[in-house]
Amino acid sequence: MNQRDLICICCPLGCPMTVTLENGQVAHVQGNSCKRGELYGQKECTHPTRMVTSSVRVTGGVLPLVSVKTAQDIPKEKIWACMEELKTIRVPAPVKLGDIVCKNIAGTNVDLIATKSIPSQ
Amino acid sequence: MKADLVIVGGGPAGLAAAISARDHGVERILLLEREQELGGILNQCIHNGFGLHIFQEELTGPEYAARFVEQLEARNISYELDTTVLEVSPEKEVTAINPVHGLFSIQAGAVILAMGCRERPRGALNIPGYRPAGIYSAGAAQKLVNIHGYLPGKEVVILGSGDIGLIMARRMTLEGAKVKVVAELMPYSGGLKRNLVQCLEDFDIPLKLSHTVVEIHGKQRVTGVTLAQVDENQKPVPGTEEFLSCDTLLLSVGLIPENELSQQCGIQLQPVTQGPVVSQRFETSVEGIFACGNVLHVHDLVDYVTQEAQAAGKYAAHYLQGGRRQGAPIPVLGTGGVRYAVPELVYPKSLDDSILIRFRVGQVYENHGISVYLDDERVLHRKKRVMTPGEMEQVSLDRELLAARPHLQSITVTLEEEKP
Amino acid sequence: MYDVVVIGAGAVGCCVARELSQYQLHIGVLEKEEDVCSGTSKANSGIVHAGFDAKPGSKKALLNVLGNQRMAELAQELDFSFRQNGSLVLCFQEEEIPKLEALLENGRQNGVSGLQILSGGEVRQMEPNLSPHVAAALYAPTGGIVCPFELTIAMAENACVNGVEFRFHTQVQAVEKQEKGFLLHTNQGDFAARLVINAAGLFSDTLHNMVSKRKRTIIPRKGEYCLMDKQAGGFVDKTIFQLPTQWGKGVLITPTVHGNLLIGPTALDILDPEDTATTAQGLAEVVEKAKRSAEGIPLRQVITSFAGLRAHEEDGDFVIGEAEDVPGFYDLLGIESPGLTSAPAIGELVAQWVAETLRPARNSHFVGTREKIRRVREAYPETVNQWIAENPAYGKMVCRCCQVTEGEIVDAIRRPLGARSMDGIKRRTRAGMGQCQAGFCTPKALELLARELGADPREITKAGEGSRILEQEGCP
Repeated sequence: MNQRDLICICCPLGCPMTVTLENGQVAHVQGNSCKRGELYGQKECTHPTRMVTSSVRVTGGVLPLVSVKTAQDIPKEKIWACMEELKTIRVPAPVKLGDIVCKNIAGTNVDLIATKSIPSQ
Repeated sequence: MKADLVIVGGGPAGLAAAISARDHGVERILLLEREQELGGILNQCIHNGFGLHIFQEELTGPEYAARFVEQLEARNISYELDTTVLEVSPEKEVTAINPVHGLFSIQAGAVILAMGCRERPRGALNIPGYRPAGIYSAGAAQKLVNIHGYLPGKEVVILGSGDIGLIMARRMTLEGAKVKVVAELMPYSGGLKRNLVQCLEDFDIPLKLSHTVVEIHGKQRVTGVTLAQVDENQKPVPGTEEFLSCDTLLLSVGLIPENELSQQCGIQLQPVTQGPVVSQRFETSVEGIFACGNVLHVHDLVDYVTQEAQAAGKYAAHYLQGGRRQGAPIPVLGTGGVRYAVPELVYPKSLDDSILIRFRVGQVYENHGISVYLDDERVLHRKKRVMTPGEMEQVSLDRELLAARPHLQSITVTLEEEKP
Repeated sequence: MYDVVVIGAGAVGCCVARELSQYQLHIGVLEKEEDVCSGTSKANSGIVHAGFDAKPGSKKALLNVLGNQRMAELAQELDFSFRQNGSLVLCFQEEEIPKLEALLENGRQNGVSGLQILSGGEVRQMEPNLSPHVAAALYAPTGGIVCPFELTIAMAENACVNGVEFRFHTQVQAVEKQEKGFLLHTNQGDFAARLVINAAGLFSDTLHNMVSKRKRTIIPRKGEYCLMDKQAGGFVDKTIFQLPTQWGKGVLITPTVHGNLLIGPTALDILDPEDTATTAQGLAEVVEKAKRSAEGIPLRQVITSFAGLRAHEEDGDFVIGEAEDVPGFYDLLGIESPGLTSAPAIGELVAQWVAETLRPARNSHFVGTREKIRRVREAYPETVNQWIAENPAYGKMVCRCCQVTEGEIVDAIRRPLGARSMDGIKRRTRAGMGQCQAGFCTPKALELLARELGADPREITKAGEGSRILEQEGCP
């Protein structure tokens, strides 16, 4: 049995939590204030994930970039692969908030979506 | 040009204030925004973490802004972009400039100030050394990277562990820069805990508390900085100097409400917040001029800005419908570790709601409670495991508590140690 | 072949060039930096001294008083900011009043008008924020303040319009005396000149020593300053000096012509003529000494600090004139305070020498006036609206703190000797000089500069080579 101390990143509260692990499995999460925190504690100790936010080049838009995010959090170890792929993407304007900018980014089965609308020039 | 209500600033505060004012019956609203799009600073805050309180979901800055822009558009509220307000007179004449209308004036019935805040520059810190290229405020760097698509540098030292500094540490790293260290003058971080985890720890970026930059090197472009540890009085400790090579220094050393317009107008400012003194109606010392959001005091969560602006919009509407503050105000005092409290004044005769008092503490407090005294009587006490200067606190005071005390002289918010 | 080459495009070099442009001469100005006003001229107190300080009969005394007398007229002709706000020299002990009287007598001998001694009470009535310990002061109503950037840029632009050729990034590496004049070897090739004017400031000794056997030494004397926001600009109205005491020369407190408040400078002799780094000790000294004059200086309003270097010549006076063993090579050495005030008079003097030597005809096309960049913040609303109607860029605010519009920035880039760097824009328009110190306006100004120059924004520099603002790669 071992324990890991974490700070929850689900919301600005930043609850300090202790996750108890038994044989690599999460046995117990303590210190969280909500259900989301408990799930975070479990995930962080087994297969940590993060949401990636960045921006992608737009062609012909009123602005040169559109901000994007992964539709869900992706495995933490995939962050760099995601960033690499994202740098190669070019989307033509107009872009609408919620548009899928890239399907299945970096083989994560998660789509990259626009978080802003960029009208055409 | 005429308007019932002019709102200065189209960021989160201005947007929410406009929408709320319309929903409370104000017809002719004109919102003036200096940038080419609405949304203010949210446009460059492309990271997630906004909206948990208001929407119960986690949005990015542009998404959060878009929700309010949509509501504004749906209500057909007028706004002007690329428009800089040059003056607000105590008579509520607003002078502004833009490329389409030129220099123009609007006589308003009421004004809501929602100009936001700005970053403290290097000069305010007086860091010795040269003045080379490569020194940016974290927000300027954020704009360059996220809006314009340029990277300001490759090897970065960040001074200040406020949220913008932390967010930029991650952002610059993701874009291929090497962030060598985040140095923080205070013995604690000014940023949210989650940002320490997901912006620094995730990327193995060291955070050096009680450290500061004592010298900037490089004549043309930054070539490095000297870091030193500081003592409890924030003075550098001789012998702890350490040279770090870098081409970029980002400063995230505090935000200052942007109140040049308020000052010109003769609005009374509060020395601690550097924002206007307001009543529970968010009305400033000049009747009919209201203030909300970061121009009033610097917030850490946009959700609270929105709530505050919604209230300001409502009270501005009330004012336009003839509601005036009544009687004499009583002060809201922050003592015992409370650095400031907003609102600073309460007009007991004009109470129509409970009062939300927002405040910040001056240092890290563990096992303390928040107490509110009406004159000498403690009417509220709440335990708080930990309070830090980086996180805004709030307490709500029921209207009835105040209404029951017609001769009340003052309201005091204070911190009290919890007996173990 | 140039008739005259001026080495150095600081205040002195530009005043010389402008005065010379009244003649039919082929004139070149060689400047090693990317813009005019890049050395001593860019970082100083911006004071138009009355002229009571210098020793009677010295060149400093003569040229200071002449320069002071010319300043108002020049400011009008060339449209740069100047204000005759008057100055006070404070003394803090009754026993020192005789020293003030001596200073007054000195000033009288130099031809300074209107000097008078004021009592402590009179001083505080004039300047209520000054220390209660002020015992008396010398009041000089002819003292003034000027914007050193504006003055230098105005002179340079006017010289340029009148035919003077400015060559930037051009560093003189050797001076060869030839039968008829000189050959100047530079990093940009060789330039021949009949006469050479050495206005190279901190490097004027090096240039002089390239051709003359009588060696000269310029000592860089560092002065550090703190600049406060406009909100603090009304703290004093006059320029406040301190009477030199056994503790040193003292520092000044002055409003700037743009309404900021400036305190400084220190005076430290150093070795490196390019060491313009501020130091913790220097800045602390500025504050400590300035507090002697006024305790309540609003230091919370400090928006930047900087250091400048004065070119101090060991003999203490300006060294100006033809080098004794090199006919045709004119030195302007050791132009430290009151150099800025004296610069226009030095320019006139040099023009006189050149005219006597080369006997040139007058330049019949000479235009003696110049208009500054239109400033929205200073203009009447009707005028602003006329500008915006003609060019909407005048309605687009770029720098919020100093209220500088896109139209002004574009003008600063397009006009003669226009801005080529972010600092160039800043000095011409003041964009980036306010509270946020360019935090807000950097991206926009950078894009405008890139657009106007037809350059990639990543090529744009803060102040010339080696000072790029952006990284070459990175970002999507």
